[in-house]
Amino acid sequence: MKRYQNILLLAAVALLIILPLVIVEKPEPQPGQKEVEIFTGADGQAKNLVSKLQPDYKPWFEPLLQPPSDEVASLLFALQAALGAGFIGYWLGSSVTKAKFKKIS
Amino acid sequence: MHIMEGFLPASHCLGWGLASLPFVGYGVRVVQKIIREKPQQRMLLGVSTAFTFVLSALKMPSVTGSCSHPTGTGLGAILFGPVVMAPIGLVVLVFQALLLAHGGLTTLGANVFSMAIVGPFAAYGIFRLAESLRLPFGLSVFLAAALADLMTYVTTSVQLALAFPDPVGGFWGSLAKFAGIFAITQIPLAISEGLLTVVVFNALKRFNYQELHEMKVVTGGQEVRA
Repeated sequence: MKRYQNILLLAAVALLIILPLVIVEKPEPQPGQKEVEIFTGADGQAKNLVSKLQPDYKPWFEPLLQPPSDEVASLLFALQAALGAGFIGYWLGSSVTKAKFKKIS
Repeated sequence: MHIMEGFLPASHCLGWGLASLPFVGYGVRVVQKIIREKPQQRMLLGVSTAFTFVLSALKMPSVTGSCSHPTGTGLGAILFGPVVMAPIGLVVLVFQALLLAHGGLTTLGANVFSMAIVGPFAAYGIFRLAESLRLPFGLSVFLAAALADLMTYVTTSVQLALAFPDPVGGFWGSLAKFAGIFAITQIPLAISEGLLTVVVFNALKRFNYQELHEMKVVTGGQEVRA
């Protein structure tokens, strides 16, 4: 059990991500309306709820830089994840090597 | 949990900013002290930062049919105490606010408060409580990281409900609606974050036992691996 713990944990995470994709069904669009989008961002939904609760609320500041498209935004998100994952990989790699040298000496 | 740019009244932005400031300031001093006095812990500080970078970039689908992302702040809070995560979380949030139009500069104070202060303090408190109840180490880590993630999103819901009370239901009516968007969506993601944090801690226990012992995260001798 102990030995496979990490693999089991990672599998559980994968399952938690895949399950919603399988079980959430796209609702049929109301006649005359656009297709319903699913798996949109919760942040955006909160923004819509604000507009519903206070229709006259105007955001008083605009983002300084807006990624010109979704593609560019995904580039920057990937960059953020890559920076983090790169460092964690460096730590793991150097740790494994250090442990090996310790064993030899 | 990112409240979008301009989507909090100016007075709220200022209030949350002022509330976050002392935590960030003190956190910077603690980080400097660690770098100066315990250079051997720098690597783990980097791992904590990196973990937050990765996790807060991953938008995952949830059972509610919307997407959100974990925060990754539990790891560093358990290792170094909650206050170091305030400046680290700030760095991530500034990156996202400036380059990604995700969150914002005006709402930075509020977002720092939920992700980089409430989350880490919840993680640290729950971890210490779980340890004092002598729960297994992995379970303590899981509960701390998962509940911290969830608390961050509950905080965001409270912040928005305070700013935008429901015309009929008032603060509580509004809180129920925002929590419906944020907190419910977050439950499976929080579980994922808890599990991933346990995976990292398994590696930390194997490779950085000495440091964990120094930081009083673990007690007793290292178990011998077969």
